[in-house]
Amino acid sequence: MFEISPEEWTAILLSLRVAAVATLVATPLGIALAWLLARRDFWGKSVVDALVHLPLVLPPVVTGYLLLLTFGRRGLVGGWLADNFGIVFAFRWTGAALACGIMAFPLLVRPIRLSIEAVDRRLEQAAGTLGAPPWRVFLTITLPLALPGVLAGMVLGFAKAIGEFGATITFVSNIPGETQTISSAIYSLIQTPDGDRAALRLVVVSIVIALAALVGSEWFARRAGKRLHGN
Amino acid sequence: MLRVEVSRRLGEFSIEASFASEGRVTGLFGASGAGKTSLINIIAGLLRPDRGIIAIDGDVLDDTAAGLHIPPHRRRIGYVFQDARLFPHLDIRQNLDYGRRMNRLAVDPALWARVTDLLDIGSLLDRRPGKLSGGERQRVALGRALLAQPRLLLLDEPMGSLDEERKVEILPYLVRLRDEANVPMVYVSHDAGEMRQLATQVVMLRRGRVVAFGGPEVLPSAAANPAG
Repeated sequence: MFEISPEEWTAILLSLRVAAVATLVATPLGIALAWLLARRDFWGKSVVDALVHLPLVLPPVVTGYLLLLTFGRRGLVGGWLADNFGIVFAFRWTGAALACGIMAFPLLVRPIRLSIEAVDRRLEQAAGTLGAPPWRVFLTITLPLALPGVLAGMVLGFAKAIGEFGATITFVSNIPGETQTISSAIYSLIQTPDGDRAALRLVVVSIVIALAALVGSEWFARRAGKRLHGN
Repeated sequence: MLRVEVSRRLGEFSIEASFASEGRVTGLFGASGAGKTSLINIIAGLLRPDRGIIAIDGDVLDDTAAGLHIPPHRRRIGYVFQDARLFPHLDIRQNLDYGRRMNRLAVDPALWARVTDLLDIGSLLDRRPGKLSGGERQRVALGRALLAQPRLLLLDEPMGSLDEERKVEILPYLVRLRDEANVPMVYVSHDAGEMRQLATQVVMLRRGRVVAFGGPEVLPSAAANPAG
């Protein structure tokens, strides 16, 4: 029963790659945005906040279609990127990473924002009086103290990216070896007459990945927590 | 010389304070709510005055008329907070070294040895702030501020959160600091006894206004209540 076929391996590795790239690219952006939302007041802040959360409440197929309109070859941004930089998202694994990144973004930003809000601003003030300019206060005080939240956000984002289905399949379709992730492979297998066993194998694999991510983040968070609380 | 001539509204309360002090330790004395902490926050640059001037030795840090406000990290003013505010994710050595790194100062083993000896914190270096007593934490906070090599040190009731026993433990260090550290200080307290032991000049504050300025003799006698 548990012989994973080469096609299944391809889907598994692709999923891991798509989710990892999506998470790693989204994390710095997410940290910057979380900091802005947590620490700065600016015009249009509630609009930005709503936009970040939009993928969470929109039907994924809508997000996928909007991505296709924007980043497709004939889309406004997609056409420009293809003409000027040769970067193509549509029907490529990079497009899957983009879709997963956008879908995962709200889940990634939220814990980071909460943990930045929880950092004692009086410590940041103290760092300032010791000569640290704001960006160094952020790097040496705020970010390390918010680290458990950053890790939590990354794990949530990664889990979401691994499981993403609707936006991805709408935007980049379901091409084996290029855009067929675990989710879309399971979807295809379920629709094939004798695909049940293979589908079940991939279900087990995705459960294992999800559990490993959760256990890993728990371990990191505990270590970080110990470090932060001075023990 | 520290020159302060500022006004600042804070809701119902307002501060209007002027003084110029040459003293080694300028005491800001007054009851809680007299505006002492707000005033040193203005000196530190953490709070901007609505109007006025802050200058140290002719170097202007705030001048609202000229639109000048030097941010806290460029003032070279050390600040010891009532609640120490050690960085919990760094050990004591890293806490002490923080100001030197941020100001890109050269490593100075002689200064390091002098400060850690003066404050008796050499044995704490590998510990975490969470493992220290209140008095130890406050001594480390003093050392951390000194090692950033400030030109002025602000101390906001550094013994305020300590019980009597700990206060007795800290006070001699503050006296040594005054006599040996060679950094002018502004010392905030509502305790006349403490002030008498430390301050060389006293600014008495009441409801945001300077009501007396002079040597320690302007402090109320030991039996009287602090100014309200």
